[in-house]
Amino acid sequence: MSFTDHRKMQLYGALLLLPAAILLATFAYLPTIATVVNSLFLPGFRGAPTQFVGLENYHVLFDDPTFWKVARNNLLYALGTIPTSIALALAMALFVNGKLRGRGFVRMAYFTPTILPMIAAANIWMFFYAPQIGLFNTLLGALGFSSVNWLGDPSVALGSVIVMSIWKEAGFFMIFYLAALQGIPPELKEASDLEGTSRWSFFWRVTFPLLMPTTLFVLINALINAVRVVDHLFILTKGGPNNATNLLLYYVYENAFSFFDRTMAATITVVILLVLAVVATLKFTVLDRRTHYQ
Amino acid sequence: MSSTSSPSTPYPTRARFFSVPSLETIAAWLLALIWIFPLLYACWAAFHPTAYMVRFDLFAPLTLDNFKNAWAQAPFARYYLNTFMLVTGVVLAQFIVCTLAAFAFARFPIPGKNLLFMLVLIQLFVFPEVLIVENYRIASELGLINTITGIGLPYVASAFGIFLLRQTFKTIPRELEDAARIEGCNWLEILWKVYVPLAKPTYLAYGLVSISHHWNNFLWPLVVTNSVESRPLTVGLGVFSAPETGVNWATVSAATLLSIAPLLIAFLLFQRQFVQSFLRAGIR
Repeated sequence: MSFTDHRKMQLYGALLLLPAAILLATFAYLPTIATVVNSLFLPGFRGAPTQFVGLENYHVLFDDPTFWKVARNNLLYALGTIPTSIALALAMALFVNGKLRGRGFVRMAYFTPTILPMIAAANIWMFFYAPQIGLFNTLLGALGFSSVNWLGDPSVALGSVIVMSIWKEAGFFMIFYLAALQGIPPELKEASDLEGTSRWSFFWRVTFPLLMPTTLFVLINALINAVRVVDHLFILTKGGPNNATNLLLYYVYENAFSFFDRTMAATITVVILLVLAVVATLKFTVLDRRTHYQ
Repeated sequence: MSSTSSPSTPYPTRARFFSVPSLETIAAWLLALIWIFPLLYACWAAFHPTAYMVRFDLFAPLTLDNFKNAWAQAPFARYYLNTFMLVTGVVLAQFIVCTLAAFAFARFPIPGKNLLFMLVLIQLFVFPEVLIVENYRIASELGLINTITGIGLPYVASAFGIFLLRQTFKTIPRELEDAARIEGCNWLEILWKVYVPLAKPTYLAYGLVSISHHWNNFLWPLVVTNSVESRPLTVGLGVFSAPETGVNWATVSAATLLSIAPLLIAFLLFQRQFVQSFLRAGIR
C-alpha cells in the first residue's frame, strides 16, 4: 500500500467515524465537561455574571445532611439488591440448567420481569404495597398480623423498593449464569461423579470458581444499575417519605427539575460520575485484563 | 427397553412419572410462581371489577370495562404511535451510525485508534440519563425538547452497538473483502455486500435488546417531553398512574397491560430469540 493510499484510508476511516463522534461529543463528552465546570461556578442573579467558586459547591453539598442520607440510601440500595439478586440469579440458572419438569415455563417465569418496563413493574407492585387494600396487608390481615405501611413508613420503605428491584433484576442476571453453566465441559461433572464428590462440594470447588468471571460481569452491571435506574421511585415513593428512599440520580432530577438548582444538580452528578469512574476502572482492570478490548 | 423386562423395575417410565418431586424441583417451581405472580395478578386485576382486586373468586365476573376506561382516559393510541416511531427511528439510526463507526474501528488505520475506542467505551458507563441536566440544556438549544428525535438522538451513537458490531466485523475473513474488491466494489459496497449480511445475527441481537430498552426507557423521555404529542408509552403510563391522579386500580392495571402488551406478546412468541439476544449482546 502506497503512502497516499494509507492517507486515503485514514481519511476514509475518519469520515466513517464522524457521525458517531459528533453525537458522542454532543451527548456525552461536552455534557460531562459542562457538568464538571458548572459544579465549580455559581450562577449570577439578575444579570450578574456567573462566578467561579472553586470547590465551594462541594462544601455546601457535603455539609448537607440530605445528601449524606441519599448517598447512604444508595449504598444500602446497592448492598440490598446486588448480593441477593446475584445469588438468586445463580440459583435460578442452576435450577433451569438441570433436569426439571416444566423447565421452559420456569425459565420464562424467571425472565419475564426483565422484559417489563420498570415503570410498569412499579405500577403492579404499587398494588402489593398499598396501605389499605394492598395485597400484602390483606395477606397479613388474614394471618392475623397488623398491617405495615410498606412505602410510607421510613423504616421499611427502602426495603420495599429493594425487594421490587431484586425481583426485576434477578432473571436478567440468570441468563448470563445459564450461558456460563452451559459452557462448563460436562467431563468435569463426569469425573467428579466417578470420584464420588458430593454435588455440594462439586459446586463450591468447581462450578462456583469457574463462574467467577460471570459473577464479576454481573456485578459490574448491577453496580451501574444501582446508580442509574430510578424509574420505580417515580411511581412508588417519589424519594419519600422524608427522603427515606431517595437515591442519587433521583436527587439530581429533583434538584434540577423541581428545585431548579442546576448547580447543585451538577455537583451531585459529578459525584455519580466519580462512582461510575470507579466501576469503569474496576471493569477495565480487574475484569478485562486478558479479554477483548484491543 | 431391556430394563422394562427386568423384574426389579417393572414400569420404569410410570415410576418416574409418579415420583415425588425433589426438593430442588419444588424450590425452582416456587420461585417461578413468585416471579410470574405479579404479572398474573395484574392480569387478574385488569380483567375483573375493582371489587375483586384482593378477593380471589374463581367465578368473579370477567370484564373489559377497565380497558375501555383506560383507553378513554389517556391517549394510548398516540402513545403507541410515539413509542413505535421512537423505537424504529432509534434502532435504524443506531444501525447506520454504529455500523459506520464499527467498520472504521475494525478495518481502517486511524491515528490514535485505541485511545478513540476507549473514549467510545466510556459511554458504556456514562449514559445520557446520568447527564440529564446538561443533555436537557443541549436538547433545548437544538430545539429538540418535546420531540421524538429529542428522546432518541442521545442514544444513537451507542458505544455498545459500536463495540458489538466491531467484534463481529473483526471475525470476518479478509479474503471475502479482497474478493469483493477484485469485483470492483468500493468501501461502502464492501461494507454493504460483505460485512452487513454476515453480521445479521449481531444486528438481530442488538436490535431486540435495543427495542426492549427504548420501549422501556423512562427517565430521559420524561425529562425531554412535556405533552401528549411526543410522550412514549412509559411516560404516558407514569403520568396516568401517578398516585395523586386518583385513578382506580383496576384501570391502572389495564393501562399497565396495554403498555406492555406488544412487547410481552413479542417476547412470548419469540422467547428464545429474546433470551439469546440479551445473552449475545450482554457478553461483551
